Amino acid sequence: MNAPVENSLSEAGLSAAGAAGFLHRYEGLRARLPGIGLPWLAALRDRAAEAFRAQGFPTRRVEAWKYTDLAPLTQTGFGEPLTPVESALPLPRHAAPKRVVFVDGRFSAELSDADVPVRSLARHLPELEGRLGALARTDDLPLVALNTALFEDGALIELGPDEDGGVVELLSVTRADRPVTAHPRHLVRLAEGARLVLIERSWGHGESRYLHSPVFEVEVAAGAHITHARIQQEASAGLHLSTVFARVAEGGTYDSFLLHVGAKLSRSEAHVALVGPKAAAHLNGAQLLGDGQHGDCTTFLDHAAPDCPSRQTVKTVLAGRSRGVFQGKIHVHQVAQRTDGYQMNQALLLSDQAEIDSKPQLEIYADDVKCSHGATVGELDENQLFYLRARGIPAAVARSMLIEAFLQEAIEGVTEESARAALSEAVAGWWERNAA
Amino acid sequence: MLKIEGLTAEIDGKEILKGIDLEVPQGEVHAIMGPNGSGKSTLSYVLAGREGYEITGGTASFNGHDLLAMEPEERAATGLFLAFQYPVELPGVGNANFLRTALNAQRRSKGEPELDAMQFLKTARARMKELSMPEDMLKRGVNVGFSGGEKKRNEVLQMALLQPRVAILDETDSGLDIDALKIVADGVNAMRGPDFSAVVITHYQRLLDYIVPDRVHVLMGGRIVQTGGPELAKQLEASGYGSVQAA
Repeated sequence: MNAPVENSLSEAGLSAAGAAGFLHRYEGLRARLPGIGLPWLAALRDRAAEAFRAQGFPTRRVEAWKYTDLAPLTQTGFGEPLTPVESALPLPRHAAPKRVVFVDGRFSAELSDADVPVRSLARHLPELEGRLGALARTDDLPLVALNTALFEDGALIELGPDEDGGVVELLSVTRADRPVTAHPRHLVRLAEGARLVLIERSWGHGESRYLHSPVFEVEVAAGAHITHARIQQEASAGLHLSTVFARVAEGGTYDSFLLHVGAKLSRSEAHVALVGPKAAAHLNGAQLLGDGQHGDCTTFLDHAAPDCPSRQTVKTVLAGRSRGVFQGKIHVHQVAQRTDGYQMNQALLLSDQAEIDSKPQLEIYADDVKCSHGATVGELDENQLFYLRARGIPAAVARSMLIEAFLQEAIEGVTEESARAALSEAVAGWWERNAA
Repeated sequence: MLKIEGLTAEIDGKEILKGIDLEVPQGEVHAIMGPNGSGKSTLSYVLAGREGYEITGGTASFNGHDLLAMEPEERAATGLFLAFQYPVELPGVGNANFLRTALNAQRRSKGEPELDAMQFLKTARARMKELSMPEDMLKRGVNVGFSGGEKKRNEVLQMALLQPRVAILDETDSGLDIDALKIVADGVNAMRGPDFSAVVITHYQRLLDYIVPDRVHVLMGGRIVQTGGPELAKQLEASGYGSVQAA
């Protein structure tokens, strides 16, 4: 069995706020962290803790964090999740026939379906030397460093050549009855020609502030194809800070769609490298932000091989006093001739108090390249609203139709039907909560 | 009965309607003709409830309901329909979804049961056939990529589905070739009856060959300056609006 880490603090005990609190926790937990007996992993964790100590949490003086303030994180003292997991934990409906469930960052065999090609990372650590941490950088990414130091478990998905993993839902639940943190570490490796549809959902229960900070490492070998639908539906006081690293070999595809609908503050970072000819990346997404929410979609796309297409359309809908951030950097290396890149960022502001910050960045070192980007910011079109209302459609319904239409283009790009359906349902749920 | 008395309205401080008086009894079709800039479109927008116009005086009612006090969707629910001169494109909103949502919103407000997708499609397909509209127009975004004629036919389709009691047709003839004009006119004529009235706004007499009005009004400089029978339209066609001004 996966041995959960014992509670190192009493139920009421919270560690100090800020980076010092997390470092103190690492020192207290270290001896009991899974795989600490493996010299390579102990060294990896210690190096990561040291990297985190050296950097601390990013402040807005760091260029990549100019628009997202981590004060809600650094000002909170967090404690460990309680064990064990109650089997009566209410869960959302399945988004796919088969799913695995992680609670507070730990695999729950009881809540997960059988016969799913997902294993508990914590139980297979001895096999993962050289693979775990192969993509994730810790020297300049303090949240990734923190995850590497503190992770207890995560999903391990390894598909063999031409293996079809089908559709899998990965549900991460955090019990937010107290300020807890979860740092799951997920490793996905697709061998040549393998296929997988991964519907990843982040879900929270309770009123307390909490941190869910997962890190994914995704290896896509030649000709392999992964659809990665990411649905962030954290509880309303939750903090979600996730990072995905993906490396795509020749002719492979990393096709992702990110949806932010929950959390007080969320930031999802994607670092995607196209390292073989004709490797493809889709980094699409939508953020639906209501009053008091902050959502940040940040991507780094490395074109490091010739003939690679990349597509990125991110749409943000902002209501009330909310703030959305889009940062998209595309780096085209000199070798990456005939790169075909497209980036579009669009925001719809439903209130005068909402704010969107959009920062596209293109760095191009190859000379035969097609790369376009654009950004638009607007309000609902008065002519369109009037047209709908003149047909007898009430104003609130008319507005929701136009917002849905705005999002439709982004979601329509998701070709996997199961993933598209899960995304549409999450959008509808957001609308039901925010329409009134 | 649509009843307008002393209606004045301005946009951005500029007075466009300078005292409109008009009565359209139930069952009648009236034409409003006038040169560009006379206030024809403003009148139709003011009646339908578009924002941006300031009503400075007068009244407009339909069957005793004070139109000017109602939201646009409430006006539609009482049976008022505006066929737009420039139908609006709604990318991402499917035409079928739009039509069904509108129809069911109105049915709900009247306390009638809503139509499910199958019932709706059956009704919509029958109406589309009458208007010679290809069925794939249901699947496309509302008015997106429609030709001028298709957009106007889509307006008439909406009217046929929503079954209004008074329709304002704002230059529905503009941009139509003669075949499309006949189809649109047939669509309007099919609605005619004791419970339907219409205001046909047009610059040209041509449409009135196909939709023969009971009365013709001439709108110039924000006022109705002349009223007559169908022969007035022919007279205007022959001698132009200049002759009215002189009168």
